[in-house]
Amino acid sequence: MALRFEILGKFNRARAARLTLPHFVCQTPLFMPVGTQGTIKGLTTSQLEDIGCQIILGNTYHLALRPTSVLIDELGGLHKFMNWPRGLLTDSGGFQMVSLLHLADITEQGVTFQSPVDGKPMLLTPEESIQIQNRIGADIIMALDDVVRTTITGPRIEEAMYRTLRWIDRCIAAHERPHDQNLFGIVQGGLDPVLRDICVKGLVDRKLPGYAIGGLAGGEDKDSFWRVVAQCTAALPEDKPRYVMGVGYPLDIVVCSALGADMYDCVYPTRTARFGTALVPEGVLKLKHQAMSDDTQPIDPTCECMVCKNYSRAYIHCLVTKDAMGSQLLSYHNLFYMLKLSRDLHSSIVNGQFPEFVCNFLQKMFPKGDVPQWVCNAMEVAGIDITSCCSPFPLSLIDSQAATVKFSRKNSIKMVHTKD
Amino acid sequence: MNFSVKALSKGGGRAGVLQVGGCSLETPALLLSTRKGLPAFISPDLLSTLPTPDSRLLQFSPLHFLEGISLKAVSEMGGLHQMLGLKEHVFVANPADPILSVPDYQSSNKIGASFETPSGRFLIKPGQYMEMISSMRPDIWVTLADEVPAWVSDKRNRVSIQRTMRWLDDCLALAKANDTGGAVFGSIIGGSKINDRKYCAQEVSRRNVEGFNIVGFGLGESMDERPTLLRAVTESLPEDKPRQISGLGLPEEVLQGVAAGVDLFNSTYIYHLTIGGFALTFPSEEIERHVSVDQLNDTIRDDGTKINLKATIYRKDTSRILEGCKCYTCQNHTKAYINHLFNVHEMLAQILLEIHNTYHYLGFFRKIRDTIREGTFEEFRQKFVESRREHAAPAAADNTDTDSAADNADTAALCA
Ligand SMILES: [Zn+2]
Ligand SMILES: [Zn+2]
Repeated sequence: MALRFEILGKFNRARAARLTLPHFVCQTPLFMPVGTQGTIKGLTTSQLEDIGCQIILGNTYHLALRPTSVLIDELGGLHKFMNWPRGLLTDSGGFQMVSLLHLADITEQGVTFQSPVDGKPMLLTPEESIQIQNRIGADIIMALDDVVRTTITGPRIEEAMYRTLRWIDRCIAAHERPHDQNLFGIVQGGLDPVLRDICVKGLVDRKLPGYAIGGLAGGEDKDSFWRVVAQCTAALPEDKPRYVMGVGYPLDIVVCSALGADMYDCVYPTRTARFGTALVPEGVLKLKHQAMSDDTQPIDPTCECMVCKNYSRAYIHCLVTKDAMGSQLLSYHNLFYMLKLSRDLHSSIVNGQFPEFVCNFLQKMFPKGDVPQWVCNAMEVAGIDITSCCSPFPLSLIDSQAATVKFSRKNSIKMVHTKD
Repeated sequence: MNFSVKALSKGGGRAGVLQVGGCSLETPALLLSTRKGLPAFISPDLLSTLPTPDSRLLQFSPLHFLEGISLKAVSEMGGLHQMLGLKEHVFVANPADPILSVPDYQSSNKIGASFETPSGRFLIKPGQYMEMISSMRPDIWVTLADEVPAWVSDKRNRVSIQRTMRWLDDCLALAKANDTGGAVFGSIIGGSKINDRKYCAQEVSRRNVEGFNIVGFGLGESMDERPTLLRAVTESLPEDKPRQISGLGLPEEVLQGVAAGVDLFNSTYIYHLTIGGFALTFPSEEIERHVSVDQLNDTIRDDGTKINLKATIYRKDTSRILEGCKCYTCQNHTKAYINHLFNVHEMLAQILLEIHNTYHYLGFFRKIRDTIREGTFEEFRQKFVESRREHAAPAAADNTDTDSAADNADTAALCA
């Protein structure tokens, strides 16, 4: 094991911790921006340090294709290659293959796929995934798992869960750098509590340095989503980091943190920036919207980032989707927003003000008190009283309105509550 | 604005000081080309890693803002300095920009100049142009010109002079009537006709302008006829006012312009280099002092001024673009990493390259100023042009992909 996980503060299930990795001492809860090909689109590594990024996620599948893990290894590892002194995490590559390549197929041996280079059939085994990740050299590496969509039902879910357990042993056996890289196991089992329970137990028996909750953020309904997170976080060991893969939206991160999760990753903040959308406490702001062309306020008047301190919505509006600078500046703001959210979660837990933070967050996002029912349900399980920010009216009535687009005041902030 | 010449070189080059917008800038200087007020890929926090005050001069076209933002909003925010959060920088407005706002002489007519932009073609009248200037409040603005290439007929050339002069008078009258601030640089055209060039320069000098904008170079005239044409213009101009030029961007062209007494240049060349994956590597003074001869010989591969980071030879090259370079990119990243970024089409490639190239080109201008002050500009110029020629010959013989691509970038810069 090459990490230390020390809990600094708790509120019921929520925890704030110090996660010491070979390259960086992190504070959790934390959000990891996705730097697919050894860079976060449009930002320099010093900008990422400036805005408080602690761990960058790299995609093994992409890095193995270009520049190849052998080259990265030869040049001294990914940290050195991209000049990133802080934490790195690589995924197993399996998920990317299954989601990006049409002809990927999973067998007991591994993930078979057609090479995007020459079209030849290829095989990624658990051993190979770990070997590649050993060469890339991230602080945290992920086990190859058998990924299935959460929306799929039936025996395939069970097969995938058991295969994930069989593969974890092959991953552990293949791992050559356990003293400077941490192998995380991934809990699978779809939306079935029995399968999830078997998987958690199986992985915990292996005494891994950390655990991920996989197979979520794939289109399942929100109530199923948070229940799986709640079940897994409750069953995972207290003294190990818990990473919810592919999450997500600011609201999801707040809910998962309340339920005891510590780490998140998602392409959403940078991807949505490239489409001209900014994350703001009220939800999202569509900078492409015509109303922005004469709006002289910053993107988020409460944001302290370089972009909000200097630029108006009107100026960003004339850049977005036309100039590279538009996505550079919006990505900067969006990542700043996510990293600030991580810091706020951490400090509010440490300072014993977590419920106040959650209420404040929900109040801004749902000023009419129309907090979605799934959030209320999750918060009840998390032991966070949010009645002060929920409207006294029957929620089911307002919930249907919340899903529609709203225009607030004169600045017509377009708020779309992420409801997927 | 205030300008004074501090040193003259025997060939005609001059070193001066331009005081504008609270900045004191030494000339010859490079105006950084921008897209909507910011360098194409360098965000304001990274802009501050470039040397100051050298990097404070920013050129933009008011036409960049024809779509997407209202003049009223720009005006409400207090103009470009406020809108861009760059209060210390000096903004120079020029309607023509070889990338985003290209003059289209065939569509220009007596009422206005036509420009090809990403949002379509626009005919800009002096009145409209001055409204933009009033809202954006640049420190310096150039007057509207009917820019024509070298190959148009004599008749068309003279028409363009008439129009340009009329628009100059219109712009000045409107500026006076509306009390528009900023220093005015009168645009001088005249194509490749010496007499037309002289006439236009003399006429513009008679107007109440604070500087000059020499337009229509790099548009088909030959490298050989250019010095004579340039001199025809500069010799007709008063000594004590700054001269800006559009269309000369390559190092040799800049040296040619400086020798003819031009003070301000723009950096479109850097944009083309950056897009093409090229990094400037010719040795500058600062670097010569820190680097051994071996290393220098190494960097002088290709054509001696630049390398193409897209080339596969850099795949495993963990050295910096240029040893001794103090730019953000060279302080932090290797050729191998930038080569990878280009391979996978990541935007950071352009960001890092634009930083290095801008930093390096600003150093080239510093070197030019130093040699003028030291009285060695002519030697420096000759040495530079010769060493470039020497390297160009074997490079052409090698005929590698890199070299031909390098030539293409220059051609692109020349044609733009
Ligand atoms: Zn911001
Ligand atoms: Zn450099």
